[in-house]
Amino acid sequence: MSFLPYAVAAWLFLVGLYGIVTSRNLIHLIVSLTVVQASTYVLLLAVGYRTGGTAPIYADISASRKVVDPIVATLTLTDVVVEATVAALLLSLAVQAHRRFGTLDPDELGAMRG
Amino acid sequence: MSRRLRLCVFGVGALGLAALLVWGLAGLPSFGEFDGHYGQLLAHMTVPERKATSSISVTTFDFRGVDTLGEEFILFTAAVGILVLLRIQRVGEDVAAEPARVRRPAADSKTLQSIAAALVAPVLVLGLYIVAHGHLTPGGGFQGGVILMTAFLLIYLAGTHLHMGRARPLDAMEISEALGAAGFALLGIRGILLAGAYLQNFISFGMVGSLLSGGDIPLLNVSVGLEVMGALLVVLGELLDQRLLMRRDSR
Repeated sequence: MSFLPYAVAAWLFLVGLYGIVTSRNLIHLIVSLTVVQASTYVLLLAVGYRTGGTAPIYADISASRKVVDPIVATLTLTDVVVEATVAALLLSLAVQAHRRFGTLDPDELGAMRG
Repeated sequence: MSRRLRLCVFGVGALGLAALLVWGLAGLPSFGEFDGHYGQLLAHMTVPERKATSSISVTTFDFRGVDTLGEEFILFTAAVGILVLLRIQRVGEDVAAEPARVRRPAADSKTLQSIAAALVAPVLVLGLYIVAHGHLTPGGGFQGGVILMTAFLLIYLAGTHLHMGRARPLDAMEISEALGAAGFALLGIRGILLAGAYLQNFISFGMVGSLLSGGDIPLLNVSVGLEVMGALLVVLGELLDQRLLMRRDSR
Protein backbone atom coordinates (compact mmCIF):
# COMPACT_ATOMS: atom_id res chain seq x y z
CA MET A 1 0.00 0.00 0.00
CA SER A 2 2.99 2.27 -0.35
CA PHE A 3 1.29 4.32 -3.08
CA LEU A 4 -1.81 5.05 -0.96
CA PRO A 5 -0.75 8.53 0.36
CA TYR A 6 0.08 9.64 -3.20
CA ALA A 7 -3.24 8.26 -4.41
CA VAL A 8 -5.05 10.26 -1.69
CA ALA A 9 -3.18 13.41 -2.76
CA ALA A 10 -4.03 12.87 -6.44
CA TRP A 11 -7.66 12.09 -5.59
CA LEU A 12 -8.01 15.25 -3.45
CA PHE A 13 -6.48 17.27 -6.28
CA LEU A 14 -8.81 15.85 -8.91
CA VAL A 15 -11.97 16.00 -6.81
CA GLY A 16 -11.20 19.64 -5.96
CA LEU A 17 -10.55 20.42 -9.61
CA TYR A 18 -13.85 18.78 -10.56
CA GLY A 19 -15.55 21.02 -7.99
CA ILE A 20 -13.91 24.14 -9.45
CA VAL A 21 -14.81 23.29 -13.04
CA THR A 22 -18.45 22.41 -12.37
CA SER A 23 -19.04 25.07 -9.71
CA ARG A 24 -22.13 27.27 -9.96
CA ASN A 25 -21.38 29.23 -6.81
CA LEU A 26 -18.33 31.31 -5.94
CA ILE A 27 -18.24 30.12 -2.31
CA HIS A 28 -18.38 26.49 -3.49
CA LEU A 29 -15.60 27.30 -5.94
CA ILE A 30 -13.36 28.74 -3.21
CA VAL A 31 -13.96 25.73 -0.94
CA SER A 32 -13.10 23.45 -3.89
CA LEU A 33 -9.85 25.38 -4.30
CA THR A 34 -9.00 24.74 -0.64
CA VAL A 35 -9.59 21.01 -1.30
CA VAL A 36 -7.05 21.20 -4.15
CA GLN A 37 -4.62 22.91 -1.80
CA ALA A 38 -5.22 20.23 0.84
CA SER A 39 -3.84 17.72 -1.65
CA THR A 40 -0.50 19.55 -1.54
CA TYR A 41 -0.27 19.02 2.23
CA VAL A 42 -0.80 15.29 1.84
CA LEU A 43 1.70 15.14 -1.02
CA LEU A 44 4.40 17.12 0.83
CA LEU A 45 4.10 15.12 4.04
CA ALA A 46 3.98 11.83 2.09
CA VAL A 47 7.16 12.73 0.18
CA GLY A 48 9.06 13.48 3.40
CA TYR A 49 8.01 10.33 5.27
CA ARG A 50 10.68 7.78 6.15
CA THR A 51 9.55 4.32 7.23
CA GLY A 52 9.69 4.03 11.01
CA GLY A 53 10.55 7.70 11.40
CA THR A 54 8.94 9.90 14.04
CA ALA A 55 8.31 13.66 14.21
CA PRO A 56 11.58 15.66 14.34
CA ILE A 57 10.84 17.05 17.80
CA TYR A 58 13.72 16.22 20.12
CA ALA A 59 11.92 17.13 23.35
CA ASP A 60 11.32 13.48 24.22
CA ILE A 61 13.28 11.32 21.75
CA SER A 62 16.98 10.51 21.56
CA ALA A 63 19.15 12.34 19.03
CA SER A 64 19.88 9.11 17.14
CA ARG A 65 16.22 8.29 16.48
CA LYS A 66 15.14 8.10 12.82
CA VAL A 67 12.99 11.15 11.98
CA VAL A 68 10.92 12.26 9.01
CA ASP A 69 12.03 15.23 6.92
CA PRO A 70 11.54 18.58 8.73
CA ILE A 71 11.72 20.62 5.50
CA VAL A 72 8.46 19.30 4.08
CA ALA A 73 6.73 19.93 7.42
CA THR A 74 7.96 23.53 7.29
CA LEU A 75 6.79 23.84 3.69
CA THR A 76 3.39 22.48 4.72
CA LEU A 77 3.17 25.15 7.43
CA THR A 78 3.89 27.83 4.81
CA ASP A 79 1.36 26.16 2.53
CA VAL A 80 -1.38 26.29 5.17
CA VAL A 81 -0.75 29.99 5.84
CA VAL A 82 -0.78 30.86 2.14
CA GLU A 83 -3.92 28.79 1.59
CA ALA A 84 -5.73 30.57 4.42
CA THR A 85 -4.79 34.02 3.07
CA VAL A 86 -5.75 33.11 -0.50
CA ALA A 87 -9.10 31.76 0.68
CA ALA A 88 -9.78 34.87 2.79
CA LEU A 89 -8.89 37.20 -0.08
CA LEU A 90 -11.07 35.25 -2.53
CA LEU A 91 -13.97 35.19 -0.06
CA SER A 92 -13.83 38.96 0.31
CA LEU A 93 -13.83 39.23 -3.49
CA ALA A 94 -16.92 36.98 -3.51
CA VAL A 95 -18.58 39.32 -0.99
CA GLN A 96 -17.84 42.24 -3.31
CA ALA A 97 -19.11 40.33 -6.36
CA HIS A 98 -22.33 39.52 -4.56
CA ARG A 99 -22.87 43.12 -3.55
CA ARG A 100 -22.20 44.36 -7.08
CA PHE A 101 -24.07 41.78 -9.14
CA GLY A 102 -26.51 40.27 -6.66
CA THR A 103 -25.47 36.72 -7.55
CA LEU A 104 -22.71 34.22 -6.77
CA ASP A 105 -23.08 32.19 -9.97
CA PRO A 106 -19.86 32.69 -11.96
CA ASP A 107 -21.80 32.42 -15.23
CA GLU A 108 -24.10 35.29 -14.33
CA LEU A 109 -21.50 37.72 -13.05
CA GLY A 110 -21.29 39.40 -16.45
CA ALA A 111 -18.70 41.88 -17.57
CA MET A 112 -16.57 43.80 -15.10
CA ARG A 113 -17.88 47.21 -14.29
CA GLY A 114 -15.99 50.02 -12.63
CA MET B 1 -18.01 32.08 -24.42
CA SER B 2 -20.65 29.41 -23.89
CA ARG B 3 -20.46 26.87 -21.10
CA ARG B 4 -20.04 24.00 -23.58
CA LEU B 5 -17.14 25.69 -25.36
CA ARG B 6 -15.49 26.44 -22.05
CA LEU B 7 -15.76 22.79 -21.00
CA CYS B 8 -14.16 21.76 -24.33
CA VAL B 9 -11.24 24.12 -23.69
CA PHE B 10 -10.94 22.66 -20.20
CA GLY B 11 -11.00 19.13 -21.67
CA VAL B 12 -7.91 19.88 -23.78
CA GLY B 13 -6.16 21.30 -20.71
CA ALA B 14 -7.25 18.32 -18.62
CA LEU B 15 -5.56 15.89 -21.02
CA GLY B 16 -2.30 17.77 -20.62
CA LEU B 17 -2.80 17.85 -16.87
CA ALA B 18 -3.44 14.10 -16.74
CA ALA B 19 -0.19 13.44 -18.63
CA LEU B 20 1.76 15.73 -16.29
CA LEU B 21 0.11 14.17 -13.22
CA VAL B 22 1.00 10.62 -14.24
CA TRP B 23 4.54 11.69 -15.15
CA GLY B 24 4.96 13.52 -11.83
CA LEU B 25 3.51 10.72 -9.70
CA ALA B 26 5.73 8.17 -11.45
CA GLY B 27 8.80 10.21 -10.55
CA LEU B 28 8.07 10.44 -6.81
CA PRO B 29 10.29 8.58 -4.34
CA SER B 30 8.57 5.41 -3.16
CA PHE B 31 6.69 6.07 0.05
CA GLY B 32 8.80 5.88 3.21
CA GLU B 33 12.13 5.88 1.39
CA PHE B 34 12.76 9.60 1.00
CA ASP B 35 16.47 10.28 1.14
CA GLY B 36 16.85 14.05 1.36
CA HIS B 37 20.13 14.88 3.08
CA TYR B 38 19.31 18.55 3.70
CA GLY B 39 16.35 17.75 5.96
CA GLN B 40 18.27 15.13 7.94
CA LEU B 41 21.17 17.55 8.30
CA LEU B 42 18.87 20.25 9.71
CA ALA B 43 17.19 17.73 12.04
CA HIS B 44 20.54 16.66 13.46
CA MET B 45 21.79 20.24 13.84
CA THR B 46 18.70 21.37 15.78
CA VAL B 47 19.75 20.44 19.31
CA PRO B 48 23.55 20.89 19.16
CA GLU B 49 23.53 24.12 17.11
CA ARG B 50 20.43 25.92 18.37
CA LYS B 51 19.63 24.34 21.78
CA ALA B 52 15.99 24.09 20.72
CA THR B 53 14.13 20.78 20.35
CA SER B 54 11.59 21.35 17.59
CA SER B 55 13.34 20.92 14.25
CA ILE B 56 10.34 22.35 12.45
CA SER B 57 10.39 25.62 14.42
CA VAL B 58 14.14 25.91 14.07
CA THR B 59 13.87 25.34 10.32
CA THR B 60 11.01 27.83 10.04
CA PHE B 61 12.48 30.62 12.16
CA ASP B 62 16.22 30.13 12.00
CA PHE B 63 17.65 28.04 9.16
CA ARG B 64 14.98 29.30 6.74
CA GLY B 65 14.04 32.47 8.63
CA VAL B 66 14.07 34.78 5.61
CA ASP B 67 11.51 32.57 3.87
CA THR B 68 9.27 32.94 6.91
CA LEU B 69 9.66 36.72 6.73
CA GLY B 70 8.24 36.52 3.22
CA GLU B 71 5.47 34.21 4.39
CA GLU B 72 4.56 36.62 7.16
CA PHE B 73 4.36 39.48 4.72
CA ILE B 74 2.12 37.44 2.41
CA LEU B 75 -0.29 37.21 5.34
CA PHE B 76 0.13 40.91 6.14
CA THR B 77 -0.41 42.00 2.53
CA ALA B 78 -3.46 39.77 2.11
CA ALA B 79 -5.03 41.20 5.29
CA VAL B 80 -4.39 44.75 4.06
CA GLY B 81 -5.83 43.82 0.66
CA ILE B 82 -9.00 42.48 2.27
CA LEU B 83 -9.35 45.64 4.36
CA VAL B 84 -8.97 47.82 1.26
CA LEU B 85 -11.51 45.73 -0.66
CA LEU B 86 -14.13 45.70 2.05
CA ARG B 87 -13.66 49.11 3.63
CA ILE B 88 -14.14 51.10 0.44
CA GLN B 89 -17.59 49.57 0.35
CA ARG B 90 -18.28 50.48 3.95
CA VAL B 91 -17.33 54.11 3.49
CA GLY B 92 -19.55 54.20 0.40
CA GLU B 93 -22.42 52.90 2.52
CA ASP B 94 -21.82 55.59 5.12
CA VAL B 95 -21.85 53.24 8.08
CA ALA B 96 -18.22 53.70 9.03
CA ALA B 97 -19.36 55.72 12.01
CA GLU B 98 -21.47 53.03 13.63
CA PRO B 99 -19.75 49.64 13.44
CA ALA B 100 -19.28 49.53 17.24
CA ARG B 101 -23.02 49.69 17.68
CA VAL B 102 -23.73 47.22 14.89
CA ARG B 103 -21.24 44.65 16.15
CA ARG B 104 -23.59 42.73 18.41
CA PRO B 105 -23.53 39.04 19.35
CA ALA B 106 -24.34 36.76 16.46
CA ALA B 107 -26.92 34.73 18.34
CA ASP B 108 -29.01 35.13 21.45
CA SER B 109 -28.63 31.51 22.57
CA LYS B 110 -27.84 31.48 26.30
CA THR B 111 -26.11 28.08 26.01
CA LEU B 112 -23.77 29.34 23.29
CA GLN B 113 -23.00 32.47 25.26
CA SER B 114 -22.24 30.63 28.52
CA ILE B 115 -20.04 27.99 26.88
CA ALA B 116 -18.18 30.65 24.89
CA ALA B 117 -17.64 32.75 28.04
CA ALA B 118 -16.37 29.71 29.95
CA LEU B 119 -13.94 28.78 27.16
CA VAL B 120 -12.33 32.21 26.72
CA ALA B 121 -9.74 31.93 29.51
CA PRO B 122 -8.60 28.32 28.84
CA VAL B 123 -8.29 28.98 25.10
CA LEU B 124 -6.31 32.16 25.76
CA VAL B 125 -3.90 30.27 28.04
CA LEU B 126 -3.58 27.44 25.50
CA GLY B 127 -2.77 29.97 22.76
CA LEU B 128 -0.09 31.66 24.87
CA TYR B 129 1.35 28.24 25.79
CA ILE B 130 1.54 27.16 22.14
CA VAL B 131 3.27 30.42 21.15
CA ALA B 132 5.72 30.31 24.08
CA HIS B 133 6.70 26.65 23.58
CA GLY B 134 7.06 26.83 19.79
CA HIS B 135 10.79 26.08 19.90
CA LEU B 136 10.35 23.07 22.22
CA THR B 137 7.25 21.16 21.14
CA PRO B 138 4.94 21.21 18.11
CA GLY B 139 3.43 24.68 17.82
CA GLY B 140 4.70 28.21 17.42
CA GLY B 141 3.54 31.63 16.37
CA PHE B 142 1.36 30.60 13.44
CA GLN B 143 -0.52 27.87 15.30
CA GLY B 144 -0.70 29.79 18.59
CA GLY B 145 -1.84 32.95 16.81
CA VAL B 146 -4.82 31.11 15.36
CA ILE B 147 -5.75 29.79 18.82
CA LEU B 148 -5.43 33.30 20.31
CA MET B 149 -7.70 34.56 17.56
CA THR B 150 -10.24 31.90 18.59
CA ALA B 151 -10.22 33.27 22.16
CA PHE B 152 -11.26 36.68 20.88
CA LEU B 153 -13.85 35.12 18.61
CA LEU B 154 -15.30 33.41 21.70
CA ILE B 155 -15.58 36.80 23.40
CA TYR B 156 -17.61 37.94 20.41
CA LEU B 157 -19.83 34.84 20.64
CA ALA B 158 -20.24 35.28 24.41
CA GLY B 159 -21.76 38.64 23.54
CA THR B 160 -23.66 40.18 26.39
CA HIS B 161 -21.91 38.12 29.07
CA LEU B 162 -18.53 39.66 28.37
CA HIS B 163 -19.50 43.05 27.10
CA MET B 164 -16.59 44.88 25.58
CA GLY B 165 -18.27 48.26 26.01
CA ARG B 166 -17.26 51.00 23.65
CA ALA B 167 -13.78 49.58 23.20
CA ARG B 168 -12.90 49.06 19.57
CA PRO B 169 -10.95 45.80 19.64
CA LEU B 170 -10.44 46.07 15.88
CA ASP B 171 -8.11 49.05 16.30
CA ALA B 172 -6.05 47.13 18.85
CA MET B 173 -5.92 44.19 16.45
CA GLU B 174 -4.63 46.36 13.61
CA ILE B 175 -1.88 47.55 15.93
CA SER B 176 -1.14 43.95 16.96
CA GLU B 177 -0.87 42.90 13.32
CA ALA B 178 1.44 45.78 12.45
CA LEU B 179 3.58 45.25 15.57
CA GLY B 180 3.95 41.56 14.78
CA ALA B 181 4.98 42.15 11.17
CA ALA B 182 7.35 44.98 12.07
CA GLY B 183 8.73 43.03 15.03
CA PHE B 184 9.89 40.14 12.81
CA ALA B 185 11.54 42.49 10.31
CA LEU B 186 13.20 44.55 13.07
CA LEU B 187 14.50 41.46 14.88
CA GLY B 188 16.15 40.57 11.56
CA ILE B 189 17.72 44.03 11.31
CA ARG B 190 18.94 43.73 14.90
CA GLY B 191 20.67 40.58 13.72
CA ILE B 192 22.58 42.69 11.15
CA LEU B 193 23.59 45.23 13.79
CA LEU B 194 24.60 42.82 16.55
CA ALA B 195 25.67 39.66 14.75
CA GLY B 196 26.50 40.72 11.22
CA ALA B 197 23.75 39.10 9.11
CA TYR B 198 20.03 39.48 8.65
CA LEU B 199 18.11 37.33 11.18
CA GLN B 200 21.42 36.13 12.63
CA ASN B 201 20.82 35.08 16.21
CA PHE B 202 22.07 37.65 18.75
CA ILE B 203 20.87 36.11 22.03
CA SER B 204 22.57 33.32 23.94
CA PHE B 205 21.03 29.95 23.12
CA GLY B 206 20.43 28.91 26.73
CA MET B 207 19.82 25.41 28.09
CA VAL B 208 18.27 22.72 25.91
CA GLY B 209 14.63 22.25 26.88
CA SER B 210 14.18 25.44 28.90
CA LEU B 211 11.56 28.01 27.98
CA LEU B 212 14.21 30.65 27.22
CA SER B 213 16.34 28.69 24.79
CA GLY B 214 16.88 28.66 21.06
CA GLY B 215 18.17 32.24 20.90
CA ASP B 216 15.75 34.61 19.15
CA ILE B 217 13.32 31.88 18.01
CA PRO B 218 10.89 32.52 20.92
CA LEU B 219 10.92 36.26 20.14
CA LEU B 220 10.17 35.57 16.47
CA ASN B 221 7.38 33.21 17.55
CA VAL B 222 5.83 35.94 19.69
CA SER B 223 5.92 38.48 16.86
CA VAL B 224 4.43 35.97 14.41
CA GLY B 225 1.75 35.08 16.98
CA LEU B 226 0.80 38.76 17.35
CA GLU B 227 0.72 39.21 13.59
CA VAL B 228 -1.36 36.12 12.85
CA MET B 229 -3.85 36.90 15.61
CA GLY B 230 -4.17 40.53 14.50
CA ALA B 231 -4.47 39.74 10.80
CA LEU B 232 -7.11 37.04 11.26
CA LEU B 233 -9.17 39.16 13.66
CA VAL B 234 -9.06 42.19 11.38
CA VAL B 235 -10.20 40.04 8.45
CA LEU B 236 -12.92 38.33 10.50
CA GLY B 237 -14.11 41.67 11.85
CA GLU B 238 -14.40 43.09 8.35
CA LEU B 239 -16.26 40.03 7.04
CA LEU B 240 -18.66 40.14 10.01
CA ASP B 241 -19.30 43.82 9.32
CA GLN B 242 -20.19 42.89 5.73
CA ARG B 243 -22.60 40.29 6.98
CA LEU B 244 -24.28 42.85 9.23
CA LEU B 245 -24.39 45.37 6.38
CA MET B 246 -26.12 42.80 4.17
CA ARG B 247 -28.62 41.97 6.88
CA ARG B 248 -29.39 45.68 7.24
CA ASP B 249 -29.71 46.11 3.45
CA SER B 250 -32.19 43.28 3.14
CA ARG B 251 -34.38 44.71 5.85
